[in-house]
Amino acid sequence: MNSEEEKIRSLLSQALPPTQNELARDLWPQMLRRMDERAPTVPWFDWALIALLIAAIAVSPHSIPLLLYHL
Amino acid sequence: MPVLEQEHGLLQQFASGDLVAFERLFREHQAEVYRWTVRIVRDPAIAEDLTIETFFRIYRAHARFDPQKSFGAWARRIATNAALDHLKSRRREVEFTDEFAVAISSDAAVQRDLREKTQRAFEKLPAKLRVAATLALIEEQPYADIADALGISVGAVKVRVFRATRQLRKELKRLGVEP
Repeated sequence: MNSEEEKIRSLLSQALPPTQNELARDLWPQMLRRMDERAPTVPWFDWALIALLIAAIAVSPHSIPLLLYHL
Repeated sequence: MPVLEQEHGLLQQFASGDLVAFERLFREHQAEVYRWTVRIVRDPAIAEDLTIETFFRIYRAHARFDPQKSFGAWARRIATNAALDHLKSRRREVEFTDEFAVAISSDAAVQRDLREKTQRAFEKLPAKLRVAATLALIEEQPYADIADALGISVGAVKVRVFRATRQLRKELKRLGVEP
């Protein structure tokens, strides 16, 4: 390490205090929460079915009562 | 079963997406990932969040993990990237003012002023240089370890540390500090 780096290192050590290096608690419960937070994904075929339904209604609006009857 | 074989089996299970294997690896490596992250971000609360983020990325990328390689080294590299992303986003949020309103009247105040100016100069470094400087100059980590964590060569780490030192010196001079 050259003298310039040494001077900067000394300044940084004074300016940036040491941090708590040891983990104080188990993070697994937080990890599980984070994994559960993921938004539920809708499978592509569900989107395809919805698109098909909308298209069917647009093409033949008179089929709406029939669709409602089968729901 | 020998320990090495058990470890290899665990890594293979993790790579195939086994949640129990992931939990075991999480519990084995969380402290090490936290220690590495807190060295970079220097804030225990943020380091905890980034440890979670690191393992979340690890879990998502399980299929890309090669069980023949070191899980610890892989985790450290992902942790370094997560910390870098954090520093980049934080740097955009921080607004700096160049004027210092505090009047300097004593040695303690001079020391405080010097610390503040050094912190400001350090915060202005680009995230990549900051990580290299933190790990090499403050934490005094071996260059080979830093290179491995950043996914670059030892020579490239030295260049980043050199550039960080030069930029810090320039910025400190601008703030009226002669390093």
